[in-house]
Order: sequence, then C-alpha cells, then structure tokens
Amino acid sequence: MKVLRASRMERCIGCDSCALACARTVHREISWHASGIRIASSGGISTGFEAKVCLNCDPASCVAACPTEALIQRAGGGVKMRYKFCINCGECARACPYDAIALAPETNRPYVCIHCGACVAFCPHECLEMVEIAGPAETELEAA
Amino acid sequence: MIGESSFRVLVFDLGRGQGKFIRFGDKTKLLGGSGLAAALFQEYGVADAPAFDPRQPLIFAIGPLTGCFPLMSKAVCAFKSPYHEQYTESHAGGRLPMAMRFAHIDGLVFVGRAERPSCVIAGIRRLEMHDVHALAGQDVFSTGKHLRRMFRRSTGHRSIVRIGPAGENLVPYACLNVDTYRHFGRLGAGAVAGSKNLKAFIINGESAFPAPATKTYAKLFQKVYSQVVDTDMMSKYHSLGTAGNVAVLNKIQSLPVRNLQMTVHPKVDGITGETFAKELLLRKTACAGCPVGCIHVGLLREMFASDNEYLYRQVSYDHEPIFACGAMLGMSDASGVLAILDECERQGLDVMSAGVALAWATEAFERGVIKESETIVPLRFDEVKGYCQAVRHLGARTNDFYRLLGQGTAVAAKHYGGADYACVLGQEMAGYATGEAFFVSQAMGFRHSHLDTGGYTLDQKTEGKPEIDKALAFFVDDERKRVTLTSMVSCLFARNVYSDAILQEALASMGLEDVAANLVSASEEVQRLRWQVRFSTGFDPASVRIPKRFSEVKTWKGPIDGAHMAAMQAAYADEIRKLGAAA
Repeated sequence: MKVLRASRMERCIGCDSCALACARTVHREISWHASGIRIASSGGISTGFEAKVCLNCDPASCVAACPTEALIQRAGGGVKMRYKFCINCGECARACPYDAIALAPETNRPYVCIHCGACVAFCPHECLEMVEIAGPAETELEAA
Repeated sequence: MIGESSFRVLVFDLGRGQGKFIRFGDKTKLLGGSGLAAALFQEYGVADAPAFDPRQPLIFAIGPLTGCFPLMSKAVCAFKSPYHEQYTESHAGGRLPMAMRFAHIDGLVFVGRAERPSCVIAGIRRLEMHDVHALAGQDVFSTGKHLRRMFRRSTGHRSIVRIGPAGENLVPYACLNVDTYRHFGRLGAGAVAGSKNLKAFIINGESAFPAPATKTYAKLFQKVYSQVVDTDMMSKYHSLGTAGNVAVLNKIQSLPVRNLQMTVHPKVDGITGETFAKELLLRKTACAGCPVGCIHVGLLREMFASDNEYLYRQVSYDHEPIFACGAMLGMSDASGVLAILDECERQGLDVMSAGVALAWATEAFERGVIKESETIVPLRFDEVKGYCQAVRHLGARTNDFYRLLGQGTAVAAKHYGGADYACVLGQEMAGYATGEAFFVSQAMGFRHSHLDTGGYTLDQKTEGKPEIDKALAFFVDDERKRVTLTSMVSCLFARNVYSDAILQEALASMGLEDVAANLVSASEEVQRLRWQVRFSTGFDPASVRIPKRFSEVKTWKGPIDGAHMAAMQAAYADEIRKLGAAA
C-alpha cells in the first residue's frame, strides 16, 4: 500500500495548492482548511513551511479517541473516516499528537488525510510523494 | 457565499470597537475588488474631507474568483491618499485574500479612530479589538513576532497586516505590510491605518464552501493550473523573478540610474537579478493560492561585531525595489541594496518612494541645494550606510527636511528647489525609463503605478515613438482589461492567462453566469466608476506635471521627444476626463 509523505518540505513555497486540491477533489469544498493536508509556517513565513498531515499511525490515537467508531483503523496504518457515524465531537483532532486533523470552525466536522495522493499532482515543487509501505492497498472516504 | 448576488461586507468602527456585517452592492455591476472598493468608498468616504479625517474608510476587497482559481490571490486596498489627497487603490497578496475568502468577508471597511494603538481580529465566530499600545513604535518585523505570539489561533490560515513607525508617524508613503513579504504600498495606506490607530489587523480564515459539482469547474481549474505550472507563461516571474528586468532594461538604456541622470548603470553587474540569484537568493515563496512562487527572498549577512559575529536577515526583492533602492541610488552591490530595503521594511515605508526620494536628495545634496545640517548624514550615491540612516530618519520624521521628504519628493523640491530633477510621475517614478508612453502612463494613470497600463511594453514594442492615437487606445483598453483582473481579484502577472473569455468561463463555472455575461460592460463601468470617485476627491488631470528630467532622458531610441510627450499627456488627460465624466 502507498501512503502520502511530505518528504521535501524544505522546497515548499507555501502556495497551499495541495490543501486546496484535497478540499476541492476529495471533500468537494473550496478551502485551504477543509483538507487532509494543511500548510503552516512555524513562526512566520520567514521560517519556512510545514505540512500537517496524517503520519499513518498504527494504532492511531484518533481511532482510540473516536466515541462512535466513525474513524476506524486501516490495515497497515492510517484511518478510514466514516462520516455517517461522525457526530463532530472533535475528539479525534484533540487526540492526534501531530495536529493532522482539521476541524471546520462552524461545524466541527473533521478532515483527515486518506492517503489518496490527489494533492501530490498539485505541488509545483514535488514536496509530496506517495511512498510504498507494507500492507493492503485501500483508500476510502465514506460519505455522510 | 460566492453564488450570492451581493457582497458580504464587514464594517468595523474603530472608535466604538465594534463591527457589523452588511450585504452590499450587486456583483453583476461591481464585479468585486476594484469595483466593490470604489462603491464602498462612495458609500463610506467623505470626498472633500482630508485623508486623515477619522470618518474616512480604509477599505479591503476581494473578488468573486478569489481562492477559486490559481493566481486569484490579490486583494484591493482603497482609501483617500494622504500623498495627494485623492482616492486611490493599492494591491497586495500574501495570505490576506484567502483569509478573507475563508472568513466569508468580501469587503472590509475600517472607519473611525481607535483611542489607542489597536489590533482587530476577524474570523469565523470571532470579532475583537485589542489594545496593543505596547507595540507602538515597534518596527514591522517585531510587531509581527509579537502578534504571532499574542494571537496563536489559525496558524497558517490567517493573515497579519501591520504598520511600522512610518505608518504611525503618518508618512504619506508608509505602507501596510502583509504577512512579512507583501505590501499595500505606494500612496500611503499605512499612514491611513496609523491615523486610525490601527497598528494591525488579523484575519482568520478557516471556513469552506461547496465546490461546484459540475465537471466544468474541475476541468477549467486543471487547465489554468497546467498553463501556469507546466508552460513558459510564468517562468520569468519564477526563475529570476522581476529582478531579471534590471539587466534587460540596462541593456536597452532604460534603467533609471542615479536619480535618472543616466539610463545605463556602469556597475550594473553588481545588482542584476542574475547576481542576486547567484549570490544571495535564499529561497522563494508564494502568495496563498498561487503556485508560481514569485517572491524572491535574499539572504543578508551582517557582521555586527569582530570575531566573526554574524547575524542574518531575510529580505524580499524584485525589480522595483532594486531599481529604487539600488540603481537610483547608484548602488553597485546587491547586499547593500538588501540592507537599504531591509531598513525600509522595518520602518514600513514604501521602498520605491523612499528610494526615489533619497535619489533626489542625493543629487540635491551634491548640488548644494540641501546641506548636511538638513540630511543629518551625508548622502552620496553608492554609500549604503548613509542611506540606511536616512531611511530611519524618514520613518521617524526626525526633522523638517525628513518631514518634507516624507511628504514626497515634489514637496521637498518645492521647498528647497530642484523640482526639475524630482523624478515624480504623479508619485515617485517606477523603474522604467523606456520612453514617452511609460512616462505619460504613470504620470496620468489611476494609481500612478507602472501597473495601471503597460506603457513600458508599448514603448518597447513600438518602433520609433508611439503614435498618440494608438497610445491612447492602448492606455484605455489595457486599463479596462486590468480593471477586470483587479476586480476578480487576480494577480496581474496572470494577465496573459486570464483573458475575458477565460474569466467568463471561470465565473460561469462558479454559478455566476450573470456576472460572466456582463463582465466586459461591467468592467467598463468599473473603470469609469474608479475615475469618477477619483475626480470627486479633487483630481485634475491638468495639474499633473512631468518634470524636466524626464525629457532629458536618452534611451535606445535616442532622446525623449518632450513635445510629443506633452501632446500625448494632454490627449490622455482628455480621455481620462471622458472616463471620469458622471454618467
């Protein structure tokens, strides 16, 4: 199976094209926040950029924190998000040690990377890549 | 939301520390950006009151395509300028346009005056004003650091706009710094903020809205994105950046050097875009929503003590800053240029106006028109130390001389003499000595900016002198096209990507079919509206003077034809009067 890795963030120019692509193509929204990947500067733009994105934990602390089993562990690491069971409590985002899950400010709806790679093609500097790791291939996002 | 027919505008009263959201205007008529800003000034501005009257609005506007397509990454700032006491616009990117889009703020209007230096924070479920009087007098970078520490929420998805000492001290060409490397520059937006005690504002934008379900939107996005990233269309902005113009203009005898005493720099190799790239380019960065990455950041090393004690600074550069604080000041060393730019940035001064003003001051100093008792430090071409100190005096308005020079080169020249060599075309000149068309286009242009129309392109593409009729047709049509872009609000670097037809496709794909259908006629109306608003604040095209220095210039085409330039200026003034005539 393949997972997303932000391997070359020192090349990042902070254009947010990846986040916009995820929101647009995966979540069908226009946003730089409603996305499985978010770009932030650490202490101002002069310090460069970092990607906040799922690191494929197994077991994942967000899954353990989810009270409704909307988030379930994906074999090999990472998670599956089942929006139909999600109650927008935000526990997953609070549990993630890497701040990889975004919450919509109005609804608390969570956004987590599903390792589909849609963002990779929109990075102008090849900061992102899909990396092969051991485990079954699957990419899922279930509708609410 | 984008599909709605009117704009969502936040009007914030700094005197009361409260704001309200209103629905305003008609998208099919105003489009957004430039059109929305002009209409908001008509609504909230007081045409005959001074720029620093607390009632005057400080306006920010985005457009219907902001955040929805690549390079739709600019915001328009509109205000009555303290430089010429007339209505004007300034444009900037950074993260502000996207932050406004995702805070659902199409327009932001600050009115009134806060009692103490303040910071306003607006976002989803958030609207606050904080007393930040302890930041008074802090430079732009220190202010940014403090604000980031004070208000940690929304890192990455917020924009921090602030002023430095120059804005607080009401220097009429103080700028607003946007997210460190971008600016609402030139005609004094920073001073207007200073007059309102608005030290900073922060927009948190973390919301979203549904993407159009049609395939048209996704396909068009992909098409535009590919054009921008995979073709040569934008490579000049990404590679050397606009700094590449320095060598190009020097080669065709069109680089303003030493207060435009020359158009070829004998030591240009020290300050070309190529030199910056090879020796100082640290990295590039981008405005949010733009994959081009045109912001070039240079590394400035400074040994501050013996035993190899170094500090470093990161300073953004472009053609215009290098021209103004480099070639115009006779600088022959790229690091020296960065040092002057860094000082301007700290003070929150427009680098172009500051550089050109100091170029005039240097020539006036050489001629003995002004003395060291006025300049405090000796000003000599290619001497970085004096310029860095002078920039600090400009920001601090240390004495009468710097107070007058801060009012603009023409004001200082009127007082001390030396008006013939004040390089002012409505405001301090931009970095092109290409010929009659450019000089007229900046002198008469709506913003007195090199970006109002492509006058420099007309000079370069025309064999001999541009004919007056052809020049006028070009000025009016090119301005209309640019007004369309600045109403969307696109970066003007994308002007070859976004034709009217592509913009119409983009608008229709967003469900704004009515706006798309009316785009061309609405942009003509917005073009007229902007001029009408400018005229209402006292603009008289006949009052614009092109100083003698510009008719002494020699380019690759030979000497400037002063009579031809004057005739072109008079004819363009007539066209502008027609554009500004009330409907």
